[in-house]
Amino acid sequence: MAGVAVSTTINGDHVEYLCQPDETLLDVLRDRLGLTGAKEGCGTGDCGACSIILDDRLVCSCLVLGAEAEGRRVETIEGMAHGDKLHPLQQKFLEHAALQCGICTPGFLIAAKDLLAKNPDPTEEEIRFGLAGNLCRCTGYDKIVRAVQDAASVMKGA
Amino acid sequence: MNFDPRFSGRKFTSVGTRPIRPDGVDKVTGRARYGADFNMAGQLVGRVLRSPHAHAKIRKIDTSKAEKLPGVKAVITAADLPDLTDGDAAMYDVLDNCMARGKALYDGHAVAAVAAVDARTARQALKLIEVDYELLPHVTDVDEAMKHSAPLINDAIFTEGLEEKPVKPSNVTKRSQFGHGDVHQGFGHADFIVERSFKTEQTHQGYIEPHACVASVSSDGTADLWVCTQGHFVYRQHCAQLLGMEASKLRVTSSEIGGGFGGKTHVWAEPVALALSRKAGRPVKLVMTRDEVFRASGPTSATSVDVRIGARKDGTITAAEATLRYSCGPYAGSWAEIGAMTAFACYRLDNVKTVGYEVLVNRPKTAAYRAPSAPMAAFAVESAVDELAKEVGMDPVEFRIRNAAQEGTRSSYGPVYGPIGIGPTLEAAKSHPHMKAPLGKNQGRGMACGFWFNFGGQTCTDLNIGMDGSVSLAVGTVDVGGSRASLSLVAAEELGIAYEQVKAIVADTSSLGYNDMTDGSRGTFSSSMATISAARNAIKILRERAAQMWDISVDDVVWENGHAIAKGEKHGNLGRLSLKEIAVASGKTGGPIAGHSELVADGAGVSFATHICDIEVDPETGATRVLRYTVVQDAGKAVHPTYVEGQYQGGAAQGIGWALNEEYIYGKDGRLQNPGFLDYRIPVCSDLPMIDTQILEIPNPNHPYGVRGVGETSIVPPLAAIANAVSNAAGVRMTHIPMSPPRILAAIEAKRAG
Ligand code: FES
Ligand code: FES
Repeated sequence: MAGVAVSTTINGDHVEYLCQPDETLLDVLRDRLGLTGAKEGCGTGDCGACSIILDDRLVCSCLVLGAEAEGRRVETIEGMAHGDKLHPLQQKFLEHAALQCGICTPGFLIAAKDLLAKNPDPTEEEIRFGLAGNLCRCTGYDKIVRAVQDAASVMKGA
Repeated sequence: MNFDPRFSGRKFTSVGTRPIRPDGVDKVTGRARYGADFNMAGQLVGRVLRSPHAHAKIRKIDTSKAEKLPGVKAVITAADLPDLTDGDAAMYDVLDNCMARGKALYDGHAVAAVAAVDARTARQALKLIEVDYELLPHVTDVDEAMKHSAPLINDAIFTEGLEEKPVKPSNVTKRSQFGHGDVHQGFGHADFIVERSFKTEQTHQGYIEPHACVASVSSDGTADLWVCTQGHFVYRQHCAQLLGMEASKLRVTSSEIGGGFGGKTHVWAEPVALALSRKAGRPVKLVMTRDEVFRASGPTSATSVDVRIGARKDGTITAAEATLRYSCGPYAGSWAEIGAMTAFACYRLDNVKTVGYEVLVNRPKTAAYRAPSAPMAAFAVESAVDELAKEVGMDPVEFRIRNAAQEGTRSSYGPVYGPIGIGPTLEAAKSHPHMKAPLGKNQGRGMACGFWFNFGGQTCTDLNIGMDGSVSLAVGTVDVGGSRASLSLVAAEELGIAYEQVKAIVADTSSLGYNDMTDGSRGTFSSSMATISAARNAIKILRERAAQMWDISVDDVVWENGHAIAKGEKHGNLGRLSLKEIAVASGKTGGPIAGHSELVADGAGVSFATHICDIEVDPETGATRVLRYTVVQDAGKAVHPTYVEGQYQGGAAQGIGWALNEEYIYGKDGRLQNPGFLDYRIPVCSDLPMIDTQILEIPNPNHPYGVRGVGETSIVPPLAAIANAVSNAAGVRMTHIPMSPPRILAAIEAKRAG
């Protein structure tokens, strides 16, 4: 199969790549571009470990084709911190120990960032439903919810 | 080495604080490297062909078309993994499970594998492999498999543990028995007897990271393996044995691990990846899909348990008995045996008897899942205990307190307990505010207790002091949930320095002596013991060096708060030397300073928990909602309390999923019908409330800091606690896990119909 040439923006940088027409954006990010922060937990849109933001929309990158990124803006976990300054969500996840194994963490951080961008002052219920597309098997979600609540109040104050 | 592991009751400075973990920043920035995040130059993609049949003879495998496909570099079958197990039956089963030898034993059993230049070519190649199967009758249900009429899975199996060797083979590999006293007599003294049968369905550990590895075998016979595992030393041992290598020539590096819960204690894909790499002469990366994870790795036993418990009017249990049948997949295991040991471990019983049966079925090989086998036994026993309390007319907590095991009690599985936490967790639960929270219509409260042994085992640790006084700690137990943080705290505590001065890593198999798996809740228990021992050895050297620097006798030097201090009036003018000052001078006083430790960590203290939960049941649909959940558990000593809470919460959440939703569903054809997260539904954020935790600290006398393992016990009580809550809310006793809406509805309707 002939490759598709794609020109896109990833974490603010202009990026060009060739990919197969049937290749997922997740595979492109991980295998072609070395951005392994997004994880494949299922490949079927059920776990959220591959979450990225595509033109301000939260998506599962395992359900997007690499070719679909043409001319769009992609945000991944690798672009979340500013230099060595962590995003408040990253900082609060560390402080609250909202990760045990950490495999779900990039997906949760991206999903939480999207949630707070749309709803800066969510209730516990809104956080729980807002993050219901992301699976975590280690934490029971308690500390994740608290970290997001804490980050939301810090970000409001900022 | 004279290491004294006894509890000393010291005051802690670092232990018990809650610093940020050393591997944290990498994990929130996406930099941490898990199993699938590693690549090697020239690497090929490996894929595995799996049997679509539950039970079939493999007449022939024709790989010639696949081999001819451009881009395919190696195709292997069982013939490429010759049997080198030399009569080791357990290893032979592992080998057979990695690649079917003559017979496919479950839907998902590996039959062949390929390595190709890319994933698409590898997938295509799998389609070109022709397998000629002869279908055999299959059995997937544990009770069905025990019947005389059931299809035989392995005709060389004659039940072990019977008084006489049976004349005919069967699917029951072993019978085991535990207990003491005379249950027959005990039941004779009972005023009330409860007798019930229970079933639990098979679940998967459900780690979010699928199994992944990169194998690279060189033509000189050495090899490297990068893999997500709970025990890289054990993987090295197993892979080396199966491939006929010397262990020291195989270097295994454990990646960050995206959850294991017992499921990453067994090799599956790793020997296959190594065999592919050996054949292709190139590195091979093998990553399971989620479908493969469900069909071929993991699951816990499905069980069927009968329980009988009797009590006097005053609430004293007079006798307790259980028969437990656990599915093992198609290979022998000891799962029912563990269930039979744990079943009544919470109680002080004069007469107790448990019998376990290990049962073969055409399902994936059963693997450990967090306190393996204990949750199902606890579900049956704690449900019956609740019912018995009701019959006697006692509050369920009071009833349990009355019968709880204590220090000095002979446990139902044999040993006599030291100081234990079952009584204290029950007392704490009794006075917990959760017990007074109001309940509404269709809501019920349940509670239950749980026990887990905890393990210790072989452990090797290095503590190296840098020339600048910073400390590197190399451990061999994989960090599954924050142990690098807790072990750094322990090293800091023992040396008397700041947490930030210590950096802990998990060393590869070529850099450190052998370590057992991180399983049995042993990670922090055993590695902290080894860390303390290593630090004490380093302190001995630090004292010697200080003595040398001062030119006094080492007997006059003590170690306090990170400093060498010269004691005695004659040294009054010597002041003190910090660890850093001694380290900086080490080049002139005898070279590098390090402490090593190799030990078998004995005396892992048993652990107990009591859980309380409130559930609302919709009587029209059978749907449930978890309203409140509280975990009370003994940690011995919580080294990093936040991560201890995390273990309590995580275990509870897994238990909630198991109790209410999760189950392997097999079709009549013996195929797994729900091998994905859409149909095998684990709890999501909106399914759960906050999970309250209370840590009790009843020191383990066999650990210098009193530490007990904490990782597993939290999954033991939930099945029963939730079943008791649902039964109270719905007004009908639930006996089959998971309590999915159709099962609850059926129970409610059966009761209505009278
Ligand atoms: S990998 Fe994309 S949702 Fe699971
Ligand atoms: S921290 Fe392990 S899956 Fe979430």
